[in-house]
Amino acid sequence: MSATTPGERRQLPAPTDDLRGYLPAIEPDRQVTDWGRSERVEGLLDKTLVDFLYHYWFRVEVEGIEHVPSTGGALLVSNHAGALPPDATMIAKAIKEEHQRPRPVHLTVEHFFKGYPGFAPFVAKIGGVPAHPANVQRLLHDEEQLVLVFPEGRKGSEKLYKDRYRLRRFGRGGFVAAAMRARAPIVPIVVVGAEEAMPVFAQIGVLQRITRLIYFPVTPLFPHFGLLGAAYLPAKFRIRFLPPVPTDQWGEKPWEDRGLVQNVADEVRSTIQEELYDMVAHRRSVWLG
Amino acid sequence: MKARRILVTGLSTLWGGRLAQKLEGDKGVETIIGVSPEDPTCELQRTEYVRVGLDHRLLRRIVHAAEIDTVIDTRLVVDSAYASPREAHEANAIGTMNILAACGGPDSPVRKVVFKSSAHYYGCERDDPAFFTESMRRPHPPRTRLESDIVEADDAVREFARRNPEVTVTILRFSNSLGPGLRTSHTRLFSLPAIPCILGFDPRYQFIHEDDLTDVLAFAASEDLPGVYNAAADGVLVLSEVASLLGRPPAPILPPWGSGLAAAALRPLGLRVPDEVLNQLRYGRGLDNRKLKSAGYTYGFTTRETVVKHAEAMRVRALTEGRDEPYRYEREVEDFLRYSPSVKRGPAGVV
Repeated sequence: MSATTPGERRQLPAPTDDLRGYLPAIEPDRQVTDWGRSERVEGLLDKTLVDFLYHYWFRVEVEGIEHVPSTGGALLVSNHAGALPPDATMIAKAIKEEHQRPRPVHLTVEHFFKGYPGFAPFVAKIGGVPAHPANVQRLLHDEEQLVLVFPEGRKGSEKLYKDRYRLRRFGRGGFVAAAMRARAPIVPIVVVGAEEAMPVFAQIGVLQRITRLIYFPVTPLFPHFGLLGAAYLPAKFRIRFLPPVPTDQWGEKPWEDRGLVQNVADEVRSTIQEELYDMVAHRRSVWLG
Repeated sequence: MKARRILVTGLSTLWGGRLAQKLEGDKGVETIIGVSPEDPTCELQRTEYVRVGLDHRLLRRIVHAAEIDTVIDTRLVVDSAYASPREAHEANAIGTMNILAACGGPDSPVRKVVFKSSAHYYGCERDDPAFFTESMRRPHPPRTRLESDIVEADDAVREFARRNPEVTVTILRFSNSLGPGLRTSHTRLFSLPAIPCILGFDPRYQFIHEDDLTDVLAFAASEDLPGVYNAAADGVLVLSEVASLLGRPPAPILPPWGSGLAAAALRPLGLRVPDEVLNQLRYGRGLDNRKLKSAGYTYGFTTRETVVKHAEAMRVRALTEGRDEPYRYEREVEDFLRYSPSVKRGPAGVV
């Protein structure tokens, strides 16, 4: 699942009137939330596949889970890798398993998924939200939820194995502006292991155009083994949550200062990059950690 | 400003008729005039009905002659299954233009305009936000003729509001509506044994109950709400949840690619899925209804309750069908009741 930063092509009005008190009440008999998320589908997947991957396949180790706030909105920002990136699911599972107050994570995904048959209902039901700035604003500010973004977007998940652990461009810094508008802290996250779980060796442009997928990768098992290509290699996962960066320290409307937004985005990016090098340096084996 | 002399367009629609009935009960309202190209379908006491053409060309004379202070325009065509493209264009583009012309001008008595618009203004696209707020525009140009006519009408009303600051202009963008009295493309699809949908999609849907639809219009008539307001019930369901509440299985009979062609092929078989509904079946749509709530309106039903109510009405429809004679408008009878000296009248019109 690939994700993007909320881009800034669309103009969003500054939050003026606080309408948080007028959010719809929760109806207990509902099958899905207003975002299309289904507790049943998510729970079923969590109890089976995600649980297996988390505990036995990737043997995820988590550091710094206390940096994820227990209340209020927060923007989780992570590096992104792997043809079918497992990092989002593992981060969400880590918060569910390790955090003292487990909270649902809303994952921003490319608009592509809303338009592709099969993906469209499934991605929404497991908690994917199209990466529109207005969606991030509503989740972070109005509903005070945890939102996970991958500022590298598909540039991260389509990059080749030879470029592993080298962060791509962090979009146009839209994620920083989104967090500033919502006055929500940014929690940088570093994930090691996803690059080796499903490495991409090449991209086939012709097949991408025929299938209308966002990219068509060549991985150790795909496309020559067909559906088996969705299987991950058992790389060892380490997830490190870094101390949150508050975004309410720059006065009124800091998101209008493009330079500041870009600076903060670059800082977050270089923090994650440095931690990545540090974690890879301390890793003795790709498979055993 | 409190509306006293009201003109309602689209009197023949369910909500237009219900709104007039509701206004009749208000002692503060002196005069209610209803216009529409077709006869009213609700029984009315003191509302005066004038038949007009689809283009509402002569409305200006009625407005001036009756010194109308409030125009409630409910006649916008929002469902292309119930009007030919030409009629829809005539009503939505030309009709809106003429109605605004009737309300504007330096000598106009009109002080308030309430315009019933539609969430089709926002369209349904892949890169939509999950909840449209009033200040958002659609990300791409309209795809269907109906939608471009609605955008044109909505834009014209906002332009009118800008040029006539002395007139309070309310634009209400309604989501799809549902209820026992309504006939729309969606009620038609929902009454089938299985609910047609596009393979591989489960769109988000929001409905407003027909009672809320009328109440919102009446609320806008009695309160001053300048600006644009979304009108949609709380809660956004997905189509599969709607189907299970209706007790019908979803039927993914439309292919994900070439859905338009498949829909066209199904038309001779009696299954009509208009283009704007096809877009909704693919991408769905959600509205942010909080602005209207913060203005003081309280919805009677959530989306889920609306669908449940509709399902209940559908179950008893087979039993009640043909039981009561539906109301039929007859000009001579209505004129007699209103104007004949032989009829004994109470304070509120015909007894």
